Amino acid sequence: MRYIISLTLVLAALWLAISGVYKPLILLLGVGSVALVVWLSLRMEVVGVEHNPVLFSWRLPLYWFWLVWQIVVANINVGRLILSPGRIHPRMLSVPVRHKTAVAKVAYANSVTLTPGTVSLLLNEDELTVHALDTRSARELEAGTMAERIAWLEGSATEQK
Amino acid sequence: MADWIIDVVSWTLLLAGGAAGVIGGIGLLRFPDFYTRLHAAGVTETLCALAILLGLALQSGLNLATVKLIIILLFLLFTAPTATHALARAAMVDGVEPEVAEDDSEPTPGEPSSNT
Repeated sequence: MRYIISLTLVLAALWLAISGVYKPLILLLGVGSVALVVWLSLRMEVVGVEHNPVLFSWRLPLYWFWLVWQIVVANINVGRLILSPGRIHPRMLSVPVRHKTAVAKVAYANSVTLTPGTVSLLLNEDELTVHALDTRSARELEAGTMAERIAWLEGSATEQK
Repeated sequence: MADWIIDVVSWTLLLAGGAAGVIGGIGLLRFPDFYTRLHAAGVTETLCALAILLGLALQSGLNLATVKLIIILLFLLFTAPTATHALARAAMVDGVEPEVAEDDSEPTPGEPSSNT
């Protein structure tokens, strides 16, 4: 029930933000579409299935700021490689994934893809196969800073590494 | 004065985003194989989108349009890596071998693929 209410509230807020037209008829249509989506989600049995406390942590915005900074730095690196393509040094590598929850693993793989220079190819239970554009991107990933940040986000930073 | 500063910042962001888009496009043409080209496409879908959307948000000020721009940015940052990963994985499953630099310890399978 908790998830149904929170899903309804999020959908309503999204609708209000995107619509911008607040006439009775349009609002009624909005209510109808929110109800339809909630009903469909219930039928698909996806409500609350992917619930994870990480999503509501104060650490998430901090992680995003850090990630945006990483994206900018990685973009400058890849941009320079594009302008002098002789310096690329593509390789495949595997890094261990020690996070416990599926959300953390996916967040890690997505963050790796989101920073240019590294693209995640395969994600297994405890290993992530990555294609790296140059040695620097590969080294940075192997250093494991991002994995640590995700572990911190997950709240298991104290766990043995 | 404040308007002037906002204009300068937002135009800087817009121009940087445009430049990132052009650089990503050049990379898409220049890089040798499918996987390296994914990295070039990554420049357009991260820095380019980020800078242009933030620049536009600064131009429009605090209103509903800005909220929409931020929502677009969030969705983009969630879906873009998923799409990139789906592409890369599909290529792997389909047997497109990545071109790998020779002086590497990783096992490299034979000839670099040409069907990119």
